[in-house]
Amino acid sequence: MYIGIDIGSTNAKIACIDRDENIKILLMKKTGFNSKITAKSLLLDAKKKFDESDNIIVATGYGRVSVDFANKTVTEISCHAKGACKIFDKDNLVIIDIGGQDTKIIDVENKTVKDFIMNDKCSAGTGRFLDVMSKTMELTIDEMCKIAEFGGGVKISSLCTVFAESEVISLIGRSEKKENIANAIVMSIVDKVATQTKRIDYKNKTVCLTGGLSEINFIKNALCESLNTDVLADSTGKFAGSIGAALYAKELEAKNEKFT
Amino acid sequence: MFNLPEKFEEFSEARRNGFMKAKELKESGGRLAGVFCTYTPLEIFDAANVIPVSLCGMSDETIPAAEVNLPKNLCPLIKSSYGYAVSDKCPYTYFSDIIVGETTCDGKKKMYEMLSELKDTYILHLPQGIDRPYAKDMWKQEIILLKEKLEEKFGIKISDDDVRIAVKNRNKERQIKIRLFEMNKSIPAKSKYLNLHKIVDSLNFSFNRLDDLKKIEETLDEIDREYSKGLRPVSEKDKRILITGCPISGVLDKTIGEIERNGGVVVVMDNCNGIKAAKNMIDENSPDIYEAIANRYMNIACAVMTPNTNRFTQLRELVSEYKVDGVIDVILQSCHPFDVEKYKISKLCKEINVPYLSIETDYSNTDVGQLSTRIQAFIEML
Ligand code: SF4
Ligand code: SF4
Repeated sequence: MYIGIDIGSTNAKIACIDRDENIKILLMKKTGFNSKITAKSLLLDAKKKFDESDNIIVATGYGRVSVDFANKTVTEISCHAKGACKIFDKDNLVIIDIGGQDTKIIDVENKTVKDFIMNDKCSAGTGRFLDVMSKTMELTIDEMCKIAEFGGGVKISSLCTVFAESEVISLIGRSEKKENIANAIVMSIVDKVATQTKRIDYKNKTVCLTGGLSEINFIKNALCESLNTDVLADSTGKFAGSIGAALYAKELEAKNEKFT
Repeated sequence: MFNLPEKFEEFSEARRNGFMKAKELKESGGRLAGVFCTYTPLEIFDAANVIPVSLCGMSDETIPAAEVNLPKNLCPLIKSSYGYAVSDKCPYTYFSDIIVGETTCDGKKKMYEMLSELKDTYILHLPQGIDRPYAKDMWKQEIILLKEKLEEKFGIKISDDDVRIAVKNRNKERQIKIRLFEMNKSIPAKSKYLNLHKIVDSLNFSFNRLDDLKKIEETLDEIDREYSKGLRPVSEKDKRILITGCPISGVLDKTIGEIERNGGVVVVMDNCNGIKAAKNMIDENSPDIYEAIANRYMNIACAVMTPNTNRFTQLRELVSEYKVDGVIDVILQSCHPFDVEKYKISKLCKEINVPYLSIETDYSNTDVGQLSTRIQAFIEML
């Protein structure tokens, strides 16, 4: 079996594929404090579902180095590209991945990374931003995105999570409608991500959304509108990194560099 | 026995080893000048028998002290340099008789004004571009004013011949540096760049240039010898990277180190730590030696110039000469000149079809993980 393990900042994922690149197993759990233990337990859970001892493992994600039993580590950028090409069955793609810690825009041509953009240090425009804001609003991220659809007319101008939070608090203080504030929060992330995407020549390419937020319709639709193009999403989108890693594991065997 | 790794370490100790030498120099009546920038015409200091040392801040250790007086969102190089001076943490700043800066970027310019509260600080006025007919002459006048400032300060006379001798010596030094920078033109590269950098950086803290240059030449001979014997410190598979952008003395490990640990090798840098500072000789036989000096220095490519055409021409040439696989543009946080210019650099790279990555960083260690992922992903994609 070819196994990909993706240790993200919030969730850890595992994907197992067989010789014919059929996706056999997809599992996810919270990364928690110890990514090494999380990786091991994911592998154990997966192994309960098949009996094969000859496995090749590739680790990816920001915690990839802690997966010391992996045959190789590959960055999440390369893995995402490979995984998304498989999920959406395309050779050329522009991938928008809004992750917990960072947001990446990846330009893929012929199934390989041609260019990528990652947000700098701060958490504006990432999942973390929504997380912090939804807590301030006393809502879950899902709830916040749902009501955002019915709001509008308010804007958050600050790009920094800390300052944006105080803007939100003062909006609450001014008893602005909840859905308007929610809309402002979600749109601020959409605007930021759209601006980043515009640095890449995405016209004439399929644009897709992966990562934890890909199933939230409002975000997807707002991105469609802002980029003026279709944006695809898929329920397995959040596993793109681990699926890509599993595909790398298969390549590793072909190249016979299993133990480098 | 010539042990290269040991030699490299020796060179990297130059800055610290120079502390004692600076003290001895001062005690025996010698003169020291603190300098920052590649535009500084070093020949004038040589001719005045003043030893120039680099005061460029490269550690975040002194930044908190600097932030008492300076804004937070300022380039770390400026903050760190100022921090060294206010906290008395840098012996070179402490022992400098004079600090010499230029009107380069706004942050530095204004920081120098604050330095002048602490030290005798002299500022050369650098033209903003070379496309004006008077620019070179203006720079020549500025160099002459610097000479006069040193004459007055130290009560000496500097003759044209003194300057001409200095020019000859600095030209020789530039030749040696170029030989060093061209080491990695070969395929595979002859050395990890970090080692080459240690060698060349040691010259920023040199108190005996002739001896130090000799040591460098011997080391280069040894690198050549080992290479011709078939030793390969760099794998043929390693991706060949060009570094451009801001000075990177304060972020060496996060940039060069990370590249060279992850399947890449830096073959050339076009920034102030690299070949840009050694390129172009001064015409030793020019009837007007000051004009010759001005001509050479004004052609340095830096984002503080507008337009900065030379950087683009140079980058094009280097990419093809060094068979570069990818360009990494290193921007120090809040450096507007290079941060804004990256748009044009990325366009140029697209045009000449070489992959481009820009990274923004500062002197702290908080972004090591992120940078590492970006650099690794970039190398994976080459
Ligand atoms: S980058 Fe420009 S301003 Fe800064 S030291 Fe180099 S030449 Fe001077
Ligand atoms: S790196 Fe940029 S901001 Fe910093 S001193 Fe140099 S030109 Fe100025």
